[in-house]
Amino acid sequence: MFDFSIILQEWPTYLQGLGNTVWLVAVSLILGLSIAIPLGICRNSTNPLLRLPAWAYIYFFRGTPMLVQLFIIYYGAGQWDGLRNSWAWEWFQEAWFCALLSFTLNTAAYTAEIVRGAIRTIPKGEIEAAQAFGMTPWQTMTCILLPSALRRALPAYSNEVIFMLHGSAVAGIITIVDLTGAARIINARYYSPFEAFLTAGLLYMLLSLCIVWVFRRLEQRWHVHLRPRSV
Amino acid sequence: MTLQVSLLSVVLAMVLGMIGAVSKLSRYRMAKRLATLYTTVVRGIPDLILMMLLFFGGQVFVNFLCTQINEHLNEWVLQGNAQHEWTAYVPEYVDISPFIAGVLTIGFIFGAYMTETFRGAILAVDRGQLEAAAAYGMTPWQVFRRVLFPQMVRHALPGFGNNWLVLLKTTALVSVIGLDDMVRKAGLAAGTTQLPFTFYMAVALIFLVFTAFSTTLLKWAERHYSIQTR
Repeated sequence: MFDFSIILQEWPTYLQGLGNTVWLVAVSLILGLSIAIPLGICRNSTNPLLRLPAWAYIYFFRGTPMLVQLFIIYYGAGQWDGLRNSWAWEWFQEAWFCALLSFTLNTAAYTAEIVRGAIRTIPKGEIEAAQAFGMTPWQTMTCILLPSALRRALPAYSNEVIFMLHGSAVAGIITIVDLTGAARIINARYYSPFEAFLTAGLLYMLLSLCIVWVFRRLEQRWHVHLRPRSV
Repeated sequence: MTLQVSLLSVVLAMVLGMIGAVSKLSRYRMAKRLATLYTTVVRGIPDLILMMLLFFGGQVFVNFLCTQINEHLNEWVLQGNAQHEWTAYVPEYVDISPFIAGVLTIGFIFGAYMTETFRGAILAVDRGQLEAAAAYGMTPWQVFRRVLFPQMVRHALPGFGNNWLVLLKTTALVSVIGLDDMVRKAGLAAGTTQLPFTFYMAVALIFLVFTAFSTTLLKWAERHYSIQTR
């Protein structure tokens, strides 16, 4: 019943899919993180003009499925004549750009929420100490708040990275050959769903394990000060 | 349709999660191993891949199984009666509807997440209370019903709420395997009216309403079940 020789034959397709998945997820995570940090800070701000838009953004992107967000960008963009006639249209026609954009916006929202939580749970004494040293708010933010908050956000962020990896599977639906796309192609070509999807699933699992391993190393490195002291 | 799928699958997920949690905490090594395998595999693979695997693969598997059963039954009857004509005892071709496949897969996937939530909740209940209940001569079911469950709910609710919200959003994926849910309907409507943005945006807003409603309900439930704690 199982015939894994198909997979061996079609290995290049999977390799291509693996490459696409990895770069899509990696780039959107990096871009998402760079949006998320200012967004998380805005979300914590006392100024409602900063706080409310950040709240609305996070609420929308966390409250709707990523598939729907992807469809809004991929199919919905064509509805705007202004966009169609502008230079950006060339980008919006590309499936990979739409996927990248929606993944970035999505992960930015989730990560911002993590950053917000980490900033909020910061010990008050650290901020007061910084102020007592005469640091400006900007210095407090960049020298005290963020390094400490981002470190503590690491375990939650590793979850988000794995969710992002799993969420990226929807890219296979809009004609991108990521791992899911590769599996769909193989399934359509040979009608062998078990082999095709099991292989993709195993590759995804391998990627998840790699992520878990990397984050464990990072935590070892950056959480040295939190480890119980050995006497 | 979206609501039907999510409600049915959350029930399935809770049942699976309860079984999984109990077997993970059970004394039997086999049950423990099986449950661990289940949660690791399901949580390591994207839901979309699992859904396609179960939908396309399940179809092939069920049909394969049916043919095998037919073959064996016929052979067996043929041994006793040489004049026997070949008959299909179980249908040759079974069509799995996307609805059932969707509910089964989502229930199956979130069963794994629920397992972890419930396991944590059961561990949070004081052991001495269970021992006391057993000492009073309650049957295991009575212990569960009267002592374990009411306290477990309190600890399980936040995790359960998160799982439910994620599940609600995952149901959007069933449109991919051909179920006529909101997302697919929106796609069809967008195709005929040429207004994709409007329709997908409407779907997004409906999802927002669902999640907002669920959050309110969950908050109420949390308050309700935490009344007795100080």
